[in-house]
Amino acid sequence: MTLTRILIASALTGALALAATAQESNPAVDARQGQFQVMALNIGVLGNMARGNTDYDAETAQAAANNLLAVSQIDQRFHWPVGTDNASIEGTRALPAIWEEGSRVIEIWGEFGAGAEGLAAVAGDGLDAMRAALGPVGAACGSCHDDYRAPAN
Amino acid sequence: MRGFVRFVVILGLVAGAAGLWLTRPVHITDTDIAGLTGDPAAGEAVFWAAGCASCHSADDAEGADRLILSGGQAFPSEFGTFRAPNISSDATHGIGDWTLAQFLTALQNGISPEGQHYYPAFPYTAYRLAERQDLADLYAFMQTLPASDTPSEPHDVGFPFSIRRAVGAWNALHLRDDFAVEDDLSAEAERGRYLAEALAHCGECHTPRNALGGLDLANWLGGAPDPSGRGTIPNVTPGAIGWSEGEIAAYLNDGFTPDFDVAGGHMRSVILNMAELTEADRAAIAAYLLSVPDMP
Ligand code: HEC
Ligand code: HEC
Ligand code: HEC
Repeated sequence: MTLTRILIASALTGALALAATAQESNPAVDARQGQFQVMALNIGVLGNMARGNTDYDAETAQAAANNLLAVSQIDQRFHWPVGTDNASIEGTRALPAIWEEGSRVIEIWGEFGAGAEGLAAVAGDGLDAMRAALGPVGAACGSCHDDYRAPAN
Repeated sequence: MRGFVRFVVILGLVAGAAGLWLTRPVHITDTDIAGLTGDPAAGEAVFWAAGCASCHSADDAEGADRLILSGGQAFPSEFGTFRAPNISSDATHGIGDWTLAQFLTALQNGISPEGQHYYPAFPYTAYRLAERQDLADLYAFMQTLPASDTPSEPHDVGFPFSIRRAVGAWNALHLRDDFAVEDDLSAEAERGRYLAEALAHCGECHTPRNALGGLDLANWLGGAPDPSGRGTIPNVTPGAIGWSEGEIAAYLNDGFTPDFDVAGGHMRSVILNMAELTEADRAAIAAYLLSVPDMP
C-alpha cells in the first residue's frame, strides 16, 4: 500500500465515522417522524381545500381523512423508546416532558384519534362539514406541539 | 484639595440625583386622561391582539378558560423565573379595584399603583406604543371578564435582579416611543406594524437580546434562542421565512405552515389569539412582516 492509498483510506474511514455520528439515525425516531410526515401530507390535502387553495372534491377528501384515521390507529408503543428525547440524542425535537410524570401525550394522541374519526365521518359530505371537522384535528396537532415539541434548531 | 473633594462630592450628588430622576416611577394621572372612556365591545379585539390571555390565563387553558386571567404561568429567563399575576376583575386578588390611570401606568410605564417597577417580562415595553383609547377599551372589556380568587404567586428572582428599583435604570436604557421599523410602509403594513409591535409584541420572542436583556433592534425579528434553553425561535424576516402574504395570514389563523406542519411552542397560543382577529388584521400583520428588513 502506498502512502497516498493509506491516507485516502484513512480519510475515507474518518469521513464515514463522521457521517455516522452526524446522522445518529434511530429507527424509532425515523418511524415517528415519517408518521408525522404522512399526517402532514394528508392534512395538507384537506387544509388546501379548507383554505380555498384547491377545489373541494368529496372522494379525495374522504381518502385523506381515512388515511389520518388509519394513522391514528397505529399502536404507538414502538415509536417512543425511553432516551429518544432531544436532551439525550440529536436529530429529534421530542421534548423530555413526553416521558415525564404528568405527561398528557397519550391523552392528546387520543384526541387526535377522536378528531380523525369525526373527520372521516363527514369529510365526503361537503366543504363546510369537512372544514368544521378539520378544526379539532388541527387543535390536537397544535396542543401536542405546544408542550411536547421543541422549536427547530 | 478641599475644593476638589467638594467638587467630586457635588458631582456624585448630581449624578445620583440625575440617576434617581431618570429611574423615578412616572405615573399617568387622572388629569392626563380626562375625558377618556373605554368601550368594552371594542376592547375585545385589543385583548386578543395584545395577547394578555397567553400569559395571564392558566397554563394550557383552552376555549373560554382563556378569559379567566388568574395568572400563575412561569416565565424562565436568565434572571430568574417570573410568574404572571392574577389580573382578573377580582378586587382583592386581581385588579378589579384599579383606576384607569393605574392600569395605563402599569401597561405603558411599567409602574405599579404602589410606585414599584415591574419586570419587563411583562411587555409594557411594547404596550407603551399603543393608543390610550385602545387600552381604555381593553380595560373596559377586562372588567366584563370573570373574577378569580387565585392568589398571585411570587417570582423566583435572585439578587441583584430582586431589586425592582434596578428596573428603573433598565427602563432608562431600553424604553422607547418609536416603532422598531421606521421605513415608509403601505397603509396596510402600517396597521400591521401597530398590531405587531404595539400589541402582539412579536419582537419579544423573535428578536435577540443584548447582555442586559434589551431587544437588539438592529436584528429585529431575526430569530433568538428559545428561553427554555433548547431550539431557536425562528427568524421571521421575509427572506428567512419565504412565505407569501396569504400563507403568513393563513398560518396566523389556523396554525398550518405552507407544508402543513403545525405551529407549536409559544407560537401556538399566539395563533389562538390571532385567530380571533379579523381577516383584514391578519393580512395587515402579514403585510408588515413582509416589509421588515431582511436579517441573515
Ligand atoms: C401526541 C403528540 C402529537 C400529535 C397529536 C401530533 N404531533 Fe406532530 N410531532 C410531535 C412530536 C413530539 C414531534 C417531534 C418528533 C421528533 O422529532 O422525534 C412531531 C413532529 C411533527 C412533524 C415533523 C416531522 C419530522 O420530519 O421531523 C410534523 C410535520 C408534524 N409533527 C405534523 C403533525 C400533524 C399535521 C399533526 C396532526 C394531524 C400532528 N403532528 C400531531 C407530536 C405530536
Ligand atoms: C411568546 C413567543 C412568541 C411570540 C409573542 C410570537 N411568536 Fe412567532 N413563533 C414563536 C415560536 C416558538 C415559533 C416556532 C413555532 C414552532 O416550533 O412550531 C414561532 C413561529 C413563527 C412563525 C413560523 C416561522 C417558521 O419558519 O416556521 C411565524 C411566521 C411567526 N412565528 C410570526 C409571528 C408573528 C407575526 C408574531 C406577532 C403577531 C409572533 N410570531 C409572535 C414564538 C413567538
Ligand atoms: C409575556 C407575558 C405577558 C403578557 C403577554 C402580558 N403580561 Fe401582564 N404581566 C406579566 C408578568 C410576568 C407580570 C408581573 C410583573 C412584575 O411583577 O414585575 C405582569 C403583570 C401585569 C400587571 C400588574 C398586576 C399587579 O398585580 O400588579 C398587569 C395589570 C398586567 N400584567 C396586565 C396585562 C395586560 C392587560 C396584558 C395584555 C395587554 C398583559 N398583562 C400581557 C406577563 C405578561
